[in-house]
Amino acid sequence: MEALGLLLYGFKVLMTWKILALMMAGLVLGIFVGVLPGLGGPNGVAILLPLTFTMDPTSAIVMLSCIYWGALFGGAITSILFNIPGEAWSVATTFDGYPMAQQGKAAEALTAAFTSSFIGSLVAVMLITFLAPGIASFALRFGPPEFFAVYFLTFCSFVGLGREEKHKTIISMTLGLLLAGVGMDTVSGQLRMTFGLNDLLRGINFLVAVIGLFGISEILLTMEERLALRGHAANISPRVVLKVWKEMPRYWMTLLRSSAIGCWLGITPGGAIAASFMGYNLAKRFSKEPESFGKGRIEGVFAPETAAHASGTSALLPMLALGIPGSGTAAILLGGLMVWGLNPGPLLFVEHKEFVWGLIASMYLGNVVGLVLVLTTVPLFAAVLRVPFSAIAPMIIVSCAIGAFAIQNAMFDIWLMLVFGVVGYVFKKIGIPLAPFTLALVLGNRAEDSFRLSMIGAGGDLRVFWSNGLVGSITTLAVILLFWPVISALMARLKRR
Amino acid sequence: MSKSDVGGAGGETPPGEMSPAVVSVRTVDVVVSLLLVALAALLAFDNWRTGMGWDSTGPQAGYFPFYLSVILAAACVYGLAKEFLAREHTKEVFVTREQLGRVLQVFFPTLAFCLVTQWLGLYVASFLLVAGFMIFIGRIAAWKSLLTALIFVLVMFVVFDVAFDVIMPKGPLEALFGR
Repeated sequence: MEALGLLLYGFKVLMTWKILALMMAGLVLGIFVGVLPGLGGPNGVAILLPLTFTMDPTSAIVMLSCIYWGALFGGAITSILFNIPGEAWSVATTFDGYPMAQQGKAAEALTAAFTSSFIGSLVAVMLITFLAPGIASFALRFGPPEFFAVYFLTFCSFVGLGREEKHKTIISMTLGLLLAGVGMDTVSGQLRMTFGLNDLLRGINFLVAVIGLFGISEILLTMEERLALRGHAANISPRVVLKVWKEMPRYWMTLLRSSAIGCWLGITPGGAIAASFMGYNLAKRFSKEPESFGKGRIEGVFAPETAAHASGTSALLPMLALGIPGSGTAAILLGGLMVWGLNPGPLLFVEHKEFVWGLIASMYLGNVVGLVLVLTTVPLFAAVLRVPFSAIAPMIIVSCAIGAFAIQNAMFDIWLMLVFGVVGYVFKKIGIPLAPFTLALVLGNRAEDSFRLSMIGAGGDLRVFWSNGLVGSITTLAVILLFWPVISALMARLKRR
Repeated sequence: MSKSDVGGAGGETPPGEMSPAVVSVRTVDVVVSLLLVALAALLAFDNWRTGMGWDSTGPQAGYFPFYLSVILAAACVYGLAKEFLAREHTKEVFVTREQLGRVLQVFFPTLAFCLVTQWLGLYVASFLLVAGFMIFIGRIAAWKSLLTALIFVLVMFVVFDVAFDVIMPKGPLEALFGR
């Protein structure tokens, strides 16, 4: 039980007033971010990242990850009270959460959502605590070919497992990889794709892209749809909380199933959105009375919320252990690591113990504090939504601009943010997914470096990616996933005969 | 995922759905694909110039991006071919006139905000954006709007410039603050 000892060490790292205060600040900011339409988890974390530039890495990651937990909690508030998912992953929560609110059971629905979120996260954090160190120490043996194979697997699984049209996923991913290559080439020092523009020498910062793609474009979309906010009031009393908690053990199977789905989809890049829908649909399928779903059944709140949080949390596992983010927000946290001067990857567990275990301990503490915080302050955050959107929209735009500028102190980045805002708006409407783009932009340089280093090591022989059992099986798996749409179509045809 | 994907119980269609369409999803899809093919060609050319082959140290700087441009172009061409060969076309609307109007209502102020930030600094631009947006688009009383904008700008200044040392461009105001 070495992990437990290290976890205790992590808690010791956390126990300073400064870090605890930052944690609270992060949670409150995060809930705001989750509640406000037009500000999502990835975008909120990206905008607030510059606040952490002057902090030490441990305080910074604790604050940022708490913003992320806060955003996960906050999304449920708007789904249930206003029938507006603050986040895409809380869409499934509206199916039963809003009907419950209509029946005057808003407090029950909220308590159910928060508690099941908490359980989902807790399962995922335990998974991280006990699995991540093992995976990291295994990955210490990785050389460039193995790393390239893992990156390749990540990219291919987007193509193979994504729900979008395959060619659109490929467009999004190659575009991200290309933009990652703009600027100075890290291996040879040559300039690429800069077309003589000085501002492009630095490359295209992916945080700027994220702020534009998710922040500005979301404002454009929200305006387009003209949100009319009509919500229900809610005040959670301790009596209601106890009542829901008493009811909860009856649904242990749903909770367990959703946690498992969430953890799996979080580690593979399926993401919280897919997890929440899958959790909901499976709960419905296995239920004895499936027709009662969608009419205000508390199980319909438990299922998607548990899955979304388990997925959102476990997305940090591959980021910590391998340096490969499992979600958009994890990708931004990874970007943060690089800004603070840490090298993401398995070496983190060896070289920066206080950082890794501080973060893991903060996941436990952040979720407990977050749960108490949301249960006690719901009316306050629900009031935020009564502020007119015409006041909130310009403030979000300003926050986006501040975030974009602060990353490299460049005015050019504010313009770039605007361009990405329009691109994000158009892409979302024609069905080009944005997550593969973000991931490609973050991982592009690292993937290319590991490819070229493997090539240099092997003298240009592509067989290096099948040179031993480990790298060979990862590469083969990646290729299968890449062609999975074709393979599954062929298999279906064979079956029909 | 956009909010337009939001289905499920109690989903309401906003009023104004009957407003005439400006452009269809299909047209935008085709235009974007063509633009991306052009971009891919440009990047492929630039990387070919940088060197897309192999030398003694392995692949050259342009190797990776060159082939990525080729894949990008191929994926776009595939999408275009699929679009033109399809027997039935969806009549999905990309944006209606009313929706476009609302989108431009927020796009133009944002554009203006970026321009003003370049000349007068971020805080002046923020004040103008928040106050202007609330007065002209939100139709909120002028004094409320101006006060909100002022408080917001001050809070931002204190949080970023003072508390966290994240220095924003301030244009000619710089001298006033003595920084």
